[in-house]
Amino acid sequence: MTEPVDEAIARVYREEWARVVAGLARRFGDLDIAEEAAAEAFATAVERWPADGIPPQPGGWLTTTATRRAIDRIRRESQRSAKYQAAMMLYDDTPPEPVGPVDDDRLRLIFTCCHPALAMEARVALTLRLLGGLTVAEIARAFLVQETTMARRITRAKGKITAAHIPYRVPSDADIHERLAGVLAVVFLVFNEGYLASAGDDPLRVDLTDEAIRLGRLLRALVPDDGEVAGLLALMLLTDARRRARVSRSGELVTLDEQDRGAWNRDLIAEGHALVYERIAAVAAGGESPGRYQLLAAINAVHTNAPSARDTDWSQIVALYDRLVALDPSPIVRLNRAVALAEVDGPAVGLAEVDRLAPALESYHALHAVRADLLRRLGRSAESAEAYVRAIELAGNPAERVYLARRRDQLGG
Amino acid sequence: MTMARYMMSVFGPAERTEFGVYGSREEMLQSFADTGAFNDELKRNGHFVFADGLAEVSTATTVDGRGERPVFTDGPYLESKEYIGGFWIIEASDLDEALALAAAGSKACRGVVEVRPFHTPDDIEALRKS
Repeated sequence: MTEPVDEAIARVYREEWARVVAGLARRFGDLDIAEEAAAEAFATAVERWPADGIPPQPGGWLTTTATRRAIDRIRRESQRSAKYQAAMMLYDDTPPEPVGPVDDDRLRLIFTCCHPALAMEARVALTLRLLGGLTVAEIARAFLVQETTMARRITRAKGKITAAHIPYRVPSDADIHERLAGVLAVVFLVFNEGYLASAGDDPLRVDLTDEAIRLGRLLRALVPDDGEVAGLLALMLLTDARRRARVSRSGELVTLDEQDRGAWNRDLIAEGHALVYERIAAVAAGGESPGRYQLLAAINAVHTNAPSARDTDWSQIVALYDRLVALDPSPIVRLNRAVALAEVDGPAVGLAEVDRLAPALESYHALHAVRADLLRRLGRSAESAEAYVRAIELAGNPAERVYLARRRDQLGG
Repeated sequence: MTMARYMMSVFGPAERTEFGVYGSREEMLQSFADTGAFNDELKRNGHFVFADGLAEVSTATTVDGRGERPVFTDGPYLESKEYIGGFWIIEASDLDEALALAAAGSKACRGVVEVRPFHTPDDIEALRKS
């Protein structure tokens, strides 16, 4: 059975948008022209393909159509000098056949969009628009800002890339590691934004976790040898795998120990585990020691490996957190380690560590939630109730507040 | 590929000690030496257009000639705790190159550096025609 045309077009859009934009960006050296020409080409496809059929090489068709549009626009812009026009036509017209992953235009585009000279929110907006293919309206909605605000943010970012001469290229070997960390930070931010949002409020709100995973998979295809790229993808897959089990039907947060593991997505877990094992083997074979995303992924894998909460290998988790703390001794990481420590050495030991962190994390709701739980397990109900109250005050997520309120109520007494 | 021009402005505190913006005579002399070496390298590699240090901000005069008669005010235009102490004008092929140079310059002169591109001739042309 042949695919309905509008579904086929939507699929082609998802598959080809980034490649078309990236190719145009390299060819003409201008993101604005690339974006506009690509959008016009897709609009033309929407008009023509239902009648003419999907072309055998849809990506090629789109690039050819977009290139013609771009040239038209450059000619039309009479304020550009003839010299500038000629320069733009010839910015880079080497053939688009990628020699290998490192030459893929999309990789250059990602590094450009995530350049450190751009503010984080600008990097996120540009990446979602130019690589994700989300509309400005969709991105605005996803981040709960006005569409005009988001449009301005993207325009300014493109303007800065042009005015400050941010180059379109994959960074040199000396810089690539740090620059890649910047790209991963953008993807992870998008994922977390989606993870914490309650998408149920607005059915038109695009799923940022899906977008982040798509970007993570693209990075994995483009940079298959990088451990942290694999680690971030694994982390996102293993986290997203538990999505359906995380919130109850009544809109309450369900913690890991209470989740219905039958509701976990086994395909995503298998994919995540494969990546984690690949990295463990690579490190064991003398590869670079694991960074934060690999460690976080491994921690998640210990959880997703356990058939039930009771079977969780908490000592493994503590050992992994020890390594994470060595990389990043920030209070939040140490708080998460303390939770695992309490499972291995008992709540009193965990509480001692948490209390050491309390001054630094006073305004962080999770600190109080963790304290409340440990105090409860130690039978110190009155103090536990106080801590739950403080946690509820500080918690931003409604599902979490409902959960904390229930725990406070369960203390009874 | 045509070179782009950037201004790299060094910011420092308004209050200068007897050693300028430095904590001691040794620090000052070392910074002068490092900055001199940095400038030499800029020249060797074709990046150098201009560089110099500015006298203390209290030596500035602000001029407003927009009205009928010019108005002169003692002191800098902006009220601030930190001011431009000096600047480089450099040529670089792109921002990555400029930022790498700025990082080295910042280390040499012990100050925070702001990198800002100049308008290109095409920008001016576009403005003229718009």
